[in-house]
Amino acid sequence: MNTALLARNARILLPTLSFVVILLAVFWLQPRAMSYVGLNLLLNLALPIAFATIAQMFVITVNDLDLSLGAYVGFVACVGATWLGEQPALGVLVLAAGIAVYAAVGALIHLRNLPSIVVTLGMSFVWLGLAILVLPTPGGKAPDWLRALMTWKTPIVPFAIYALLALAIIVHFGLMRSAYGAVLRGAGGNPRSVERAGWSLLRTKMVMFALAGVFGMFAGLALVGLTTSGDANIALRYTLLSIAGVILGGGEFTGGRISPVGAVIGAMTLTLAGSFLSFLRLDPDWQIGAQGVILIIVLALRVLINRAEARTA
Amino acid sequence: MNIRPGAGHSAPGRFPVMQATTSSLISLGGVEKAFGAVRALSGVSLDVAAGTCVGLVGHNGAGKSTLMNILAGTLQPSAGRLGVAGEDVSAGYGVATANRLGVRCVFQELSLCPNLSVAENARILHPSLKGLGWRRRAAALIGGKLDAIFPGHDIEPGQIVGDLSIARRQMVEIARAFSATDRNVRLVILDEPTSSLDGVLAAQLLSFVRGFVAEGGTVILISHLLAEILNTSDRIVVMRDGGIVADRPASGFSRASLVESMGSVAREMDARHARTGGGAAERRVSATAKRQPEAAPLIAGRGEIVGLAGLGGHGQTDMLVRIFEGARMRTAGVTVEGRTAIVAGDRQTDGVFPLWSIGENATIASLGRMLRGMLIDPDAESRMAAEWKERIGIRTPDMRNPILSLSGGNQQKVLFARALGSDADIILMDDPMRGVDIGTKQEVYSIIRREADAGRTFLWYTTEMDELKHCDRVYVFRNGGIVAELSGDEITEDRVLHSSFEPAA
Repeated sequence: MNTALLARNARILLPTLSFVVILLAVFWLQPRAMSYVGLNLLLNLALPIAFATIAQMFVITVNDLDLSLGAYVGFVACVGATWLGEQPALGVLVLAAGIAVYAAVGALIHLRNLPSIVVTLGMSFVWLGLAILVLPTPGGKAPDWLRALMTWKTPIVPFAIYALLALAIIVHFGLMRSAYGAVLRGAGGNPRSVERAGWSLLRTKMVMFALAGVFGMFAGLALVGLTTSGDANIALRYTLLSIAGVILGGGEFTGGRISPVGAVIGAMTLTLAGSFLSFLRLDPDWQIGAQGVILIIVLALRVLINRAEARTA
Repeated sequence: MNIRPGAGHSAPGRFPVMQATTSSLISLGGVEKAFGAVRALSGVSLDVAAGTCVGLVGHNGAGKSTLMNILAGTLQPSAGRLGVAGEDVSAGYGVATANRLGVRCVFQELSLCPNLSVAENARILHPSLKGLGWRRRAAALIGGKLDAIFPGHDIEPGQIVGDLSIARRQMVEIARAFSATDRNVRLVILDEPTSSLDGVLAAQLLSFVRGFVAEGGTVILISHLLAEILNTSDRIVVMRDGGIVADRPASGFSRASLVESMGSVAREMDARHARTGGGAAERRVSATAKRQPEAAPLIAGRGEIVGLAGLGGHGQTDMLVRIFEGARMRTAGVTVEGRTAIVAGDRQTDGVFPLWSIGENATIASLGRMLRGMLIDPDAESRMAAEWKERIGIRTPDMRNPILSLSGGNQQKVLFARALGSDADIILMDDPMRGVDIGTKQEVYSIIRREADAGRTFLWYTTEMDELKHCDRVYVFRNGGIVAELSGDEITEDRVLHSSFEPAA
């Protein structure tokens, strides 16, 4: 029993530990990163990735995967760099429609019992096409309020850290502590049992996909606020990064076992890993591969922990 | 308690007054349910009075679980009348109505969410547990019920269900079923509730059930532990072949009479091939059950058909898998001489490749013998497919049609063709006749006998009594171990049933 408890805590500790290890490694390589400006540079790109990771986490909670997330984030960035500044009413309407489409995709997957991978893979081309229609060539301009928000000079530590903290806490309370959050996670753990108790699985799936749409939208807006201009291909990497972030943060692909706090930490770890490799002066050609190696190491540790858990159970 | 329409009311043992004055809580009339060609329920009529505990017994496939699923609202009957608490709910009865009327069910397969905590699982069942402080209220609700049913338990409401042992999960599930908020609880159906509980916990549960019934609650108890049924129920209903065959006060039954009414009366056994027992001629398989490595092993010889009997899920499939694995790698307690092939019982999950053609499904196990260079010889493949279409009578115009175009029985034949067409000496069969029509069964039986005479060995797990008469010897399993070996004339339904159930405590 005691070892089981230890193993379970280890599962929560592992993302935190890998984050701390990489952060220390970065500080050791580049002591100047230990400053307000340094932390800001390190972590401000973590914010859109963290939003995308949380979005992916909602979908993974109900045993699905969203392969269209990166394209969708790019679409939002394009809308943010064009209509949102020029014609705010139209921009808001389009973004709201995007969320509605996400909910509809969730409904389609549930009602027709389709594999989410296939549906969302198809949707990724739809989003990419729409993004190119909105903004055929990279450019545009982020609305001033968005740029102001993303470059806000907050006291003591940079804005990104406050935002990441708030994101982790809000989603933790919404999904892990609220009464309906338990139902949403239960729909991932044992859908039949949740249905037998009289809950609508259609509704849980739509809610989860709509939430993914909302947080994916935040990711796109945060990204365009940082980069100040849009590009349809700006976030294609986010699809896989977000999945990696969820898993790195202690989540599992099936069974509704997820951790919002872990997911945010996972996204931060992935961002830092990129910076860490730059500080190592690693050839950019090798960086993606090296990032993959880091991921494999952490996930291998996860597997070992899960085995230990299975033995004690 | 109508056994069939027209039969009169008779007062059950302990609650004659209640029965006479109040209408019954549950009233089923002529309920039927068919799954494709299989009739799981053929016109069941049953009344259950409030404030009673009804024991429900029957062999596997007798229709108990189907009946309970209908009461719980998870299956819709094909025909019949259904009334709960005086309300006619025949039309559109589902989980929502069942919840509203206070019908709860503890299913055999655990139905908690393993990723949630104990308290959160209580919340799933009770929509009114919400708002500020719901976690505390949910914890108090489920904790209180656990204390009431299993005093001295060590389950914390905050523990994640997936981290609990099977027994503790079962306890949580039972406590949850008895918990009430604004969702009242009137009837609790317990389907094998003690299967993973030890004696002390089982006794605690059954005494709680008696208390619950005394306060006016109603319980339907399904168990294969006959002592439990006899001691706890007011009334016992026996099911067989989708119908009710006996329905009397518990005091009117003894263990022996209960077993007798579950099985059919002295059945004529087919003339059996007289064989030298024990596989003395040429031993092919010897395997001990994992739970009892010291006990006498299961032995099967060349040309023998060996049955694995007992109630479902008591270790027969595990034994087959053990032998299958033992043929490939060294396994303690298992020696297998020869190649093995398995015929899966659960076609959809273990058997067919749903997107492949009939021919491809039949030949997959034999592809190694049809190579031309590194590639599969398509002519050899279609020759084998055509040969088995004839030999086993697969009803299809073309073996290139998709496997799902076949009926269930014919799909099963394809799986037999796959195993028999391979070069395996030992065929393991995991209850392969589930849901197969009688005509197909007879054909397959004769093929099995023919192949056995040609020297193949069959290990046959079956839950159907009739099939055991085709076996030369039968091992009866209980709780993961072998409890009896019967051969020749000893293989009677009576003997198998008696060994399948725990000896009277």
